[in-house]
Amino acid sequence: MLFYFIKRALLMVPILLGITVLSFGVMRLAPGGPAEAQMEFSARASAEARERLRKLYGADQPFYKQYATWLTKFVTLDFGEAFADGRKVKDKILERLPITLTINLLSLGLVLLIAIPIGIMSATRQYSLLDRSTTIFVFIGFSTPSFWLALLLIYLFGVQWGALPISGIQALDVTGLSGWDRLMDRARHLILPVFVLSFGGLAGFSRYIRNNMLEVMRQDYIRTARAKGLSEKTVIYKHALRNALMPVITILGLALPGIIGGSVIIEQVFGIPGMGQLMFQSVMSRDYNLVMGILAPAAFLTLLGNFLADIGYAFTDPRVRLS
Amino acid sequence: MAINTQSFTAQTIHCLMKNRFAAIGGILVLLVFILSIFAPLVAPYDPSAIDIKNILIGPSFSHPLGTDDLGRDVLSRMLWGGRISLEVGFVAVGIATILGIVLGAIAGYYGGYVDSGIMRAVDIMLSIPTIFLVLAVIAILEPSIINIMIVIGLTSWMEPARLIRAEFISLKDREFVIAARAIGAGDGRIIMKHILPNGLSPILVSATMGIGGAILIESALSFLGLGVQPPTPSWGSLLSSGKDNIEIAWWLSALPGLAILITVLGYNLLGEGIRDALDPRQRE
Repeated sequence: MLFYFIKRALLMVPILLGITVLSFGVMRLAPGGPAEAQMEFSARASAEARERLRKLYGADQPFYKQYATWLTKFVTLDFGEAFADGRKVKDKILERLPITLTINLLSLGLVLLIAIPIGIMSATRQYSLLDRSTTIFVFIGFSTPSFWLALLLIYLFGVQWGALPISGIQALDVTGLSGWDRLMDRARHLILPVFVLSFGGLAGFSRYIRNNMLEVMRQDYIRTARAKGLSEKTVIYKHALRNALMPVITILGLALPGIIGGSVIIEQVFGIPGMGQLMFQSVMSRDYNLVMGILAPAAFLTLLGNFLADIGYAFTDPRVRLS
Repeated sequence: MAINTQSFTAQTIHCLMKNRFAAIGGILVLLVFILSIFAPLVAPYDPSAIDIKNILIGPSFSHPLGTDDLGRDVLSRMLWGGRISLEVGFVAVGIATILGIVLGAIAGYYGGYVDSGIMRAVDIMLSIPTIFLVLAVIAILEPSIINIMIVIGLTSWMEPARLIRAEFISLKDREFVIAARAIGAGDGRIIMKHILPNGLSPILVSATMGIGGAILIESALSFLGLGVQPPTPSWGSLLSSGKDNIEIAWWLSALPGLAILITVLGYNLLGEGIRDALDPRQRE
């Protein structure tokens, strides 16, 4: 089994390199580099000044040299400075990461908490009213654009009823509040974004659990369990559920990129200063160092997530280890 | 017991039509399709006609769905926006499907290093959060309809590729392939004329759902300002101006989104219906 993991870990390396080359290439292909961006508004800049700036940024080196330099700095977590304000990319990311992680993890937790029971109930009571109504809900959930839902909720809760704040993550006069009040204020600001984020996931995930459970419950070993005289509860929760939940680990692993990047639109709509908004701004301003600093680690985390999902899968499903 | 003498296709269509959800989906898809094609005839106003005197009117007799912040009729803009959404959806999915079929077929048929290489490429593409990749690429190429179609196509080929590869792996050792090879058919011919026609059914599901997904991505991009550029109407950009005027013009925020919902819902229901109809275990 150890051999299996080593093999998987080694396979990650070429993929990682591929990702870095792809991101780097995509960025460098872009018209206008750092020198041009700085020079845009200064038409009087002489060609000589332009050349000096290009040398400073190393933009005159051949592609592979630029890539090599970038890669060596990358491995030491030095992502360079952002063009916009000269601050280190690493710092900008770190200051925004907690918020994004908070929203996305809360949303993931909400999805798991609600979707699993609903999925199980839908499967055990197939074709009942519960099942049919959740099916309708699921399909609508799949098809709803998240930013539209956000707008509707903003309108209802913010404009019409004024019950919840509709942007930012804290009130303007937060300094005067106590710790507990500050927490409540933060929570109130997060309710809408987290809900909208969870909406699509709820729909998809509960459907997935339902289908998995149905699949599992058709198996012979469930029939055996029932024939043995075990109570229905034991059959469902001890035998069926365990098998139905196995793919969930894969899902969790696949959800990892979403935890960083999945909230781009929500953060824009609700004005939340997170990673998604940072990525969006950096892309709009062609801030390549920043874009790369976000893209490449995000990809790496995804790979890590897949790898962990594989490990988890191998632990829970003995069949995988033997293949 | 009577022998079922219907062909596979006829059986599938029969199963599909009996499914109520799929039928609803089909009707929605057809409805949006017809409205979009006949938009130039059905739309009461020119979607770009600015009318400053009638800015932000609510639904009324002269403007059934109200006007936007430049006085343009929302109903007309939505009808024409539907054309854009459907165009993007179809072309993007077309690109993704063709690319996916080509790569999946090659990977599945030849196996070995070619297969490994292509699957690594799939892994790489799947590792980067899609939104980030799409944003990055759109930022480089200026936002335009064609670029959006290309970008969505280039980021959605992985699923069809995997599906086709799986089909090819399971079909390439069948007798009819061996027979074709025995009478001297070359690889290309075997792939195109023998294996591929038999392996296309999962692609139908993937493509249908893909159209829904592409419409969602396009509207999200337009909402963020990186999609279809004004004055071309798009449901996403209608919603974006709805956001700016949310306190006084609820119809701008509600209606275009509803259109997206209905359209995507139609494709999803239809796609799921096709999946169920093709599922051999669910046949009577």
